[in-house]
Amino acid sequence: RHLGHYPSLPPGYQNTSAPHATPPIHPAMQAATQPYTQPPGGPGPAQLSPSLAAMSLQSSTPEALRVVNLLQERNLLPPAPVPAPTPCLTQDLQKLNCSPEVFRSTLTSIPQTQSLLNKAKMPLGLLLHPFKDLSQLPVVTSSTIVRCRSCRTYINPFVSFLDQRRWKCNLCYRVNDVPEEFMYNPVSRSYGEPHKRPEVQNATIEFIAPSEYMLRPPQPAVYLFVLDVSHNAVETGYLNVFCQSLLDNINSLPGDSRTKVGFITFDSTIHFYNLQEGLSQPQMLIVSDIEDIFLPTPDSLLVNLNECKELVQDLLKSLPNLFEKTMETQSALGSALQAAFKLLSPTGGRMSVFQTQLPNLGVGALQSREDPNQRASAKDIQHLAPATDFYKKLALDCSSQQVAVDLFLLSAQYCDLASLGCISRYSAGSVYYYPSYHHQHNPAQVERFQKDLKRYLTRKIGFEAVMRIRCTKGLSIHTFHGNFFVRSTDLLSLPNVNPDAGFAVQMSIEENLDDMQVVSFQAALLYTSSKGERRIRVHTLCLPVVNSLSDIFAGADVQAITGLLACMAVDRSVTASLSDARDAMTNAAIDSLMSYRQSVLTIQQPGLLVPACLRLFPLYILALLKQKAFRTGTSTRLDDRVFAMLQLKYQPLAYAMLMIHPALYRVDDLTDEGALNINERTIPQPRLLQLSVEKLSREGAFLMDAGTVMYLWIGRNCHSNFLTQVLGVPNYAAVTATFPYVDYLLPELDTAESQRTRAFIGWLRDQRPFFPSLHIIRDESQLKASFMQNMIEDRTESALSYYEFLLHLQQQISK
Amino acid sequence: MAFTFAAFCYMLALLLTAALIFFAIWHIIAFDELKTDYKNPIDQCNTLNPTVEKVKKIKRVKIAIKLVLPEYLIHFFFCVMFFCAAEWLTLCLNLPLLAYHVWRYMSRPVMSCPGLYDPTTIMNADILAYCQKEGWCKLAFYLLSFFYYLYGYVFIFHLYFSALYFSFVSTE
Repeated sequence: RHLGHYPSLPPGYQNTSAPHATPPIHPAMQAATQPYTQPPGGPGPAQLSPSLAAMSLQSSTPEALRVVNLLQERNLLPPAPVPAPTPCLTQDLQKLNCSPEVFRSTLTSIPQTQSLLNKAKMPLGLLLHPFKDLSQLPVVTSSTIVRCRSCRTYINPFVSFLDQRRWKCNLCYRVNDVPEEFMYNPVSRSYGEPHKRPEVQNATIEFIAPSEYMLRPPQPAVYLFVLDVSHNAVETGYLNVFCQSLLDNINSLPGDSRTKVGFITFDSTIHFYNLQEGLSQPQMLIVSDIEDIFLPTPDSLLVNLNECKELVQDLLKSLPNLFEKTMETQSALGSALQAAFKLLSPTGGRMSVFQTQLPNLGVGALQSREDPNQRASAKDIQHLAPATDFYKKLALDCSSQQVAVDLFLLSAQYCDLASLGCISRYSAGSVYYYPSYHHQHNPAQVERFQKDLKRYLTRKIGFEAVMRIRCTKGLSIHTFHGNFFVRSTDLLSLPNVNPDAGFAVQMSIEENLDDMQVVSFQAALLYTSSKGERRIRVHTLCLPVVNSLSDIFAGADVQAITGLLACMAVDRSVTASLSDARDAMTNAAIDSLMSYRQSVLTIQQPGLLVPACLRLFPLYILALLKQKAFRTGTSTRLDDRVFAMLQLKYQPLAYAMLMIHPALYRVDDLTDEGALNINERTIPQPRLLQLSVEKLSREGAFLMDAGTVMYLWIGRNCHSNFLTQVLGVPNYAAVTATFPYVDYLLPELDTAESQRTRAFIGWLRDQRPFFPSLHIIRDESQLKASFMQNMIEDRTESALSYYEFLLHLQQQISK
Repeated sequence: MAFTFAAFCYMLALLLTAALIFFAIWHIIAFDELKTDYKNPIDQCNTLNPTVEKVKKIKRVKIAIKLVLPEYLIHFFFCVMFFCAAEWLTLCLNLPLLAYHVWRYMSRPVMSCPGLYDPTTIMNADILAYCQKEGWCKLAFYLLSFFYYLYGYVFIFHLYFSALYFSFVSTE
């Protein structure tokens, strides 16, 4: 099925059995297959060797618990990206289990009691990416959707069939009857084998929902664009890019024949556009009463796209010229949002807001709260919480009418993103930030904006959605992280659901999980597709229960723990203070390692001893402490910081980890050794390097992949081979000459090195739905500071180096 | 009937505490309903859709906001009254609660309307648990104060009448 334009890794690639690490690097790596180095894959063939599969659930794998002395072993990074750990389940259960790309737990072995969890001192939570673009998604159209009678769980691969006619729910243990229709399996045309049906064979499945699941007839796709047209906005030139992008993609907007679009522009007044079919050209209606906004005409402000396409295209062509000479400097964003909400509230839909300055007129006007002298403050950072609750209240109103607000902030000055961001956070929208956007001075941002817009306009979308996460009796969810509104204790209201949103939840163990071998979690997302179909996407994850601390440590997923800690730290920064959050993160590392040392380690040795599965934990904590969101002592703009915090809560784990711990590769000596072969393109696989200037070399060129941005750093004495073959410049001095402003395009030369480099960078870019901009920097470039700030293992004037951090941890642990 | 100002204070306090007890019970019920929503067996149509009742529950939080301020104002009124009546012991017993109210109001989330509860964070389990505990503690305190004022009222009344009786007897 066609499911979006950025599919995940194609199935042929996912099933490669040999991990990338062909030569083992660790001196003590065991020869047996280690579960945690397997490639992250969906329901593919299990990689457990027979000997490991024969191991009982309670025994831990030797590799995950291998003791590592961090003070002595330096080369900890695996050569390829760290894969997700595999839960310690029997082979047939693990084969059916949900993909870790969709559903991931911080502890893949769940503790049996809350006191055991408290002893382990690690957070228990789930990270999900429920609406991810999937290349294989079974869709079931069935007249009956089989659900448990008491807890309403959907039938899933981990239920148990007592006999042919009865099944036992794996979340509440109630015995239910199998309906008659379910006994027949349409796929294999057989009767009497309910356990062979696709609902019971796939952990990720989509149902077409019957009318009982609809509160109202499924809504059409409705898109409203709210554009800032003040002088500042026209100066940045974003309108041209936006209009061109929408014109190019107008036929690929997800929807059907009922799709509606509308436009509102605003500066100190609000402008509506009458696009009624039959008019010769779009008619602009200006409302200047911004205190008490009203809609000038009852309809034809939101029009059917197919019927009025020419008018819409005319409007888009003329819009940039309409405001070319404007001198308005005020921005009445609050009133524009209220007007847009009035327009969208009958149907619901998506509102895309483009803002380039601080709103300073009318309701929701904001003050400039940032003090530039406090940017590099070594103590607390103020003004991380919203200044007014206008945007939050409006977001809640929008959420109740199934309207989601996406915010595009393209400003150079302070815009109080902490307050503005609320409009998206509680209405399940997303925030995009392009600091210092300008069409001439900042072409890299322009390219990023263009590519992001294309993805934004054409990606899959779900409307009027709700999501419910259920867990086995005994576990309960107490905190949610992400962009949504919690409408009830575990019911999330998502007016829009998009494939780039990630969510995290924290759990606690209310009752002891005695007599349970496994527990299950189910996330069910009920949404209206852009074609007006009501669908339910269900993901089910099954994890074993253990009752010994060493098993819990063996099953720890260090990346998921880091992601969840980042979400918790963002919350703590806003409610308490930033220094509180930083201390809490350091204490998380100290507590868990201390607990390991005291309870699991049998032989006490000097040094900082950690289990192999947590060996990257102090590195990730240090990376978080030096991340833009949490760092102190380095000058960070408040909007940049708040945006980093929003992204840490919103991004799915894979991209958040790139943000936290960028990947560094040496690219001037790419070879085909160990390369991947995808679609007949050879993609080289260079080794991951540690983030330290020690690994940089003047003779090389290095690529740093930080999620949304990539840096290609060229050493001073870089091989002229690389310069000529890949960059197309004769020498090092010419790098700036050729790439002063056009530093985001690698020239397409016909050399083997150029092809390899472009293949590698293209492959990295294809793995994510957003577009990372590429910056080519020399040693003296201004961007070198951003590049060097990502070298987290090094000491700076305000932060510890990695080794010093390890010493600090060791000191605290042995107290 | 009020013969002295102190007796009058106690009687008024008695009546108003009955109102405060009512507020505290409403508070408890509101949060209990917010919390136990998911433990009820859910009908087929309402399974994953937000129903009209659930929207009302969130609105109920806003009603609680309207209840919170009158409660604080009534309690403040008591304290002022007892101060005027020079009932120092009673005033000292009520001062901690007054300080708590002031602290709670000062550290509320940023809001444009007077209120304590933010619908976006109220469903966090720890905040919900805190509000429920607060409700129960307040109910216990108001119940105890009710009986204390009742006793106080009778005591003063009895004092007056015995003073009257003794003065009556002594003039015999």
